[in-house]
Amino acid sequence: MAVTSMIGARIQRREDPKLITGHGNFIDDVSLVNMAHMSVVRSPHAHARIRSIDTSRALASKGVVAVLTAADFKGVILGPLPVTNSFVADKKQVPEQFPIAAEEAVYAGEPVAVVIADDRYLADDAAQLVSVDYEPLPAVMDLEKAMEPGSPLVKSDRPDNIGWDAAFPAGDIDAAFAEADFVLKERIGQQRVFPTAMETRGCVADYVPYDNRCTLWTSTQVPHFIRLFVGGALGVPESQFRVVSHDVGGGFGAKLRPYPEEYLATAASKITERPVKWIEDRTESLQATTHGRGQIFDVEVAAKRDGTLLGLKFTQLLDIGAYHGVFSAFQVVACLLGGGCYEWKAINARSIGIFTNRMSTDPYRGAGRPEATHLVERVVDLVAREIGMDPAEVRRKNFITAFPHTNNFGLVYDSGEYEKSLDRAMANIDYPALRKRQEELRAQGRYTGIGFSTYVEICGLGPSSATAPAAGIALVESSMVRVHPAGSVTVSVGTHAHGQSHETTFAQIVADTLGVPYDSVEIRHGDTGDTPFGYGTYGSRSLAVGGMAIMASCHKVVEKAKKLAAHAFEASEEDIVVDHGRYFVRGNPGEAKALAELAFASYGAGLPEGMEHGLEAVSYFDPPNFVWPFGCHICAVEVDPETGAVSIDRYVAVDDCGNVINPMVVDGQLHGGIAQGISQALFEEVQYDDATGQMLTGTMLDYLIPTMAEMPHFELDRTVTPSPTNELGVKGIGEAGTIASSIAVINAITDALAPFGIKHVEMPARPDRLWSMIKEARA
Amino acid sequence: MTQPVALTINGRRREDHVEPRLLLVHYLREVAGLTGTHIACDTSQCGACTVLIDGEAVKSCSVFAVQAAGREVTTIEGLAADGILHPVQQAFWNEHGLQCGFCTPGFIMAAAYLLKQNPSPTDDEIVRGLEGNLCRCTGYENIKKAVRSASEAMSGKADGVSGELVGSAAVPVEG
Repeated sequence: MAVTSMIGARIQRREDPKLITGHGNFIDDVSLVNMAHMSVVRSPHAHARIRSIDTSRALASKGVVAVLTAADFKGVILGPLPVTNSFVADKKQVPEQFPIAAEEAVYAGEPVAVVIADDRYLADDAAQLVSVDYEPLPAVMDLEKAMEPGSPLVKSDRPDNIGWDAAFPAGDIDAAFAEADFVLKERIGQQRVFPTAMETRGCVADYVPYDNRCTLWTSTQVPHFIRLFVGGALGVPESQFRVVSHDVGGGFGAKLRPYPEEYLATAASKITERPVKWIEDRTESLQATTHGRGQIFDVEVAAKRDGTLLGLKFTQLLDIGAYHGVFSAFQVVACLLGGGCYEWKAINARSIGIFTNRMSTDPYRGAGRPEATHLVERVVDLVAREIGMDPAEVRRKNFITAFPHTNNFGLVYDSGEYEKSLDRAMANIDYPALRKRQEELRAQGRYTGIGFSTYVEICGLGPSSATAPAAGIALVESSMVRVHPAGSVTVSVGTHAHGQSHETTFAQIVADTLGVPYDSVEIRHGDTGDTPFGYGTYGSRSLAVGGMAIMASCHKVVEKAKKLAAHAFEASEEDIVVDHGRYFVRGNPGEAKALAELAFASYGAGLPEGMEHGLEAVSYFDPPNFVWPFGCHICAVEVDPETGAVSIDRYVAVDDCGNVINPMVVDGQLHGGIAQGISQALFEEVQYDDATGQMLTGTMLDYLIPTMAEMPHFELDRTVTPSPTNELGVKGIGEAGTIASSIAVINAITDALAPFGIKHVEMPARPDRLWSMIKEARA
Repeated sequence: MTQPVALTINGRRREDHVEPRLLLVHYLREVAGLTGTHIACDTSQCGACTVLIDGEAVKSCSVFAVQAAGREVTTIEGLAADGILHPVQQAFWNEHGLQCGFCTPGFIMAAAYLLKQNPSPTDDEIVRGLEGNLCRCTGYENIKKAVRSASEAMSGKADGVSGELVGSAAVPVEG
């Protein structure tokens, strides 16, 4: 157990031994004595009035404990689901959502009743017997039609279908457009996609009758949020409500809110006086777990013939779904980042959030930044095509080069070196050779293309000075570091993990900062019973904010240890030197004490006068700024003009997330992130029937998640530009791959199809879509 | 209405009375208490529930428990022997072939079966052998790497870091 430098080391994950041997503890693995199972009866209609519900046959079914509808939950669940009113200053409509529909169901999949039975088969059997008399109402599915006056309403008690309409003007847009040699317009879509964590949602609620105590096991990214809101709605104080989230089988943004079923299972446990388990099946998940994206951008760009970008106007039409997602309005951040990594004289953005009779959208890996990157990187390619300039050179000409840089909307990019990552990526893919090869192949009737994505993203959410005014919450993060008498260390944090490897990487940070053996550090998260309040894991924030909260506690521990060392050596505290966990008097390194020795002393007799016993610290970290990862991805594709099929020949990425704690983990995050962006570009789309609002992609047979056969080899590289925002010099990497990749693929496809005069391709670029476009172009 | 089922799971024989409609995956998880086998799609696309039946990889959500009568079932819990990880498990650990770990048991069982059938698969054969399993975290890059690395370890051709770990660092595991 040598004490060495762990930060930056490629070490294997400590999470893995249990996971590779089948000893993980996921939500469906939680089982309690006398546990009942909940099955949810969901509306088959996108929009319908509920005339009546007959539960008698279900109640008589074998093993049924209770059948509950909205009326039964009214006095038990005391409040609606939470919504953050972020960014919706210009026009707010925040309808309250109760966890279960009472008179009107407004999306296919909305809960209308639940069955509690002795096992899940019996609960599902009885759920089939609940008879609901529905009066179908018109389904509002088209964003633009939904905005028209006189449109049918998503829910009959609303004035219209507009959730927000917010303008974000920055600079003199008319002057910027007046200076232009040309203006280009395009409509760029972001189809609805399904985050698709491999583990669906689920929970086990154990309400203790007559004691008003509750434990809720749930699969979530945000255990403390769940406690705050579900406990609040059930009237159980936080001190008596414990949320436990052990291993979480992926989240990707879709597990960062309290969901109706968590309220329903908890209330059902209270009503039936039994522990209640609910495990979502995949069809339920596709219907009732939040979707991502679902947006349309209408954009106009003003530029000069020499490639200078001047002004950008765009409107984001965002499909909210039937109710606001808890964080749906966060995706408006796309407006503030629509300028990407380029200098603009002016940007004029507007976001309109529109209700439809679909499941809510909410953040999905990247949330707002993939949309912004897709938009601006598409626009830059349109400009390059218009003036016949190499897309790399248009980028180079307009890059922001001086940091810190204040963007058009006042956001401060902390550090960056955009040209360096572009150059590195172009060298790694051998760009000149690839262009030459493209020319040769075109002469043979083969269509290859090269697509760039030079991105910058905002993460490390976030400074309370920015997040509180915008979203009403201060996204700080917490830690508690406790050194036990014999020297092992427990670190409890408010973040959580669902594949991000925090148990390993956080322990690496602690080992270095305290100077203790890596193996002596235990990271605890996911259990509100033994962790300080935290905002959870999303927005690539856990390291840049949570990691810094850990650093802060470690520093406090070291400060106290120095006092203990000074006392032990009868020296002045100023003369104590700390070197790799060894404490000694300056000039006498031979006589040193390890942190473990000082910890033992801290719990013993003879402490310095006035010093409390113990060696531990609690810290909350509020970052001074966001952090701004960046990079360049280049994709090379070939499109078969006879079938429209796309094959990815090369995928090169150069990313910069500042200092790296564990390069293996960083690469892994990029692999998965890039794969999700590629998959949005080529395959994925949540589809509803336009007329009826029925979901058409309700199983994994219909909703295409790529297999190993569809994914290319990722050629990764990185530059390191430390963040000046935090002591670790770190940024974030959980979302970067997804933020960068969809547009690298689409720009490559568009480049491949240039000989057909095709300038723009929408996602997903499935073979049928490309084949039709090629056919039309040839006609 | 139940009927008897007798089978061998991870080398241990057991007998239960189950409903004929009970899926093997539910039997393994809820009757036999082996929760390492996971359910992720319900429609046999994802492969998270892959186990071996008489040595052959099978999606246990597509089999009734009663159909496994008289068979030998191996689950992820039965793959490591005497506290020593199977080379595929070790390779997934070495190569960061998992993140959230939910799909991992199915992948490891499918990969173990693939390598038993074909100890030195080409990249194309790895893809064809594992395209019945879905992963949302890894983009498959490190899963492919792990299978290659396990193949080398099993055929004694291992070199470099992975090989060393596979060859020497037998890791004791519980259970």
